[in-house]
Amino acid sequence: MGWEYVIPGYLIAAVAIGGYTLQMLRRGRALSARVPEERRRFLAEKADKT
Amino acid sequence: MNDPAPSQDAFESALAARTAPLHTGSKSTRVLGVLALVLLVSLLAFALVITPPEVSQRDSFRLLYLHVPSAIVSLYVAFAITLVGSIIYLRKQSVFWDLLAGAAAEVGVLFLGITLVTGMLWGKPTWGVYWQWDPRLTSTAVSFVLYAGYLAVRKLDMDPVVRSRRAAVLGIVSFLNLIIVRYSVQWWRGLHQGQTFDVADTQMDGVMLFTALLGVITMHVVFAWLVIHRFRVAWLEHQADEAGLDVALRERRAEGANV
Repeated sequence: MGWEYVIPGYLIAAVAIGGYTLQMLRRGRALSARVPEERRRFLAEKADKT
Repeated sequence: MNDPAPSQDAFESALAARTAPLHTGSKSTRVLGVLALVLLVSLLAFALVITPPEVSQRDSFRLLYLHVPSAIVSLYVAFAITLVGSIIYLRKQSVFWDLLAGAAAEVGVLFLGITLVTGMLWGKPTWGVYWQWDPRLTSTAVSFVLYAGYLAVRKLDMDPVVRSRRAAVLGIVSFLNLIIVRYSVQWWRGLHQGQTFDVADTQMDGVMLFTALLGVITMHVVFAWLVIHRFRVAWLEHQADEAGLDVALRERRAEGANV
């Protein structure tokens, strides 16, 4: 009893986290190509300044 | 036949590729990602198959293995990071803390959305309604709207410093509502129960308690992985904006020189 609520709940969570992850990783790839290599990572930027 | 020794150029380009790849991943995030996947699969197995149904709520109780950890991560971890990041940003104007506050808030809103949806789905078979204007539910929904507003402020087309400052103020003010969320079940009488899982509660079945703890650990690992990647995306957005500004300034100067 209750599976009709449990399955949609887990499916919605999986789609939300999975969709968000895919969109974020794609955006990261697209932006990486636009940013100069030495400025792509926060720590590399910090190392440059010190 | 021996392979030729790699040249200095090849070594340097390999090193550069290692330190600044064309994506937001790294060795540590890959390890964390694999751990998150293993934990997620384990959680699904325990929450949906291995753990027995609860005595009175039956299978609908399984939603709480997702609902409670999502609530803990969003309300008490993600938005606490946003609070700390916002305070430090206002004191030091540190880009790192501003971006971290935004990254944590965005992932927090995602988890809070999951909390609300799974809570509604659990409420229907348990309370007979998807939604009730109960103090805990209402204050949680208000938090969702506040942090969605915080994310909207971060996307406003305006001076980045003013925008970050306004977002930081909203990040601090929004946290005050979480005190109401936390204590709403004690201050007012409503439908929502007090503490859903209690580690010290010996009446809870061992497997159920283990699954509940597994859910909490899993959601923390997934959250950490998402925030690291979101922070790196935010950093790239920041750098792309600055690079765009540099180009615009160079073009403006070139135009001025030609006049």
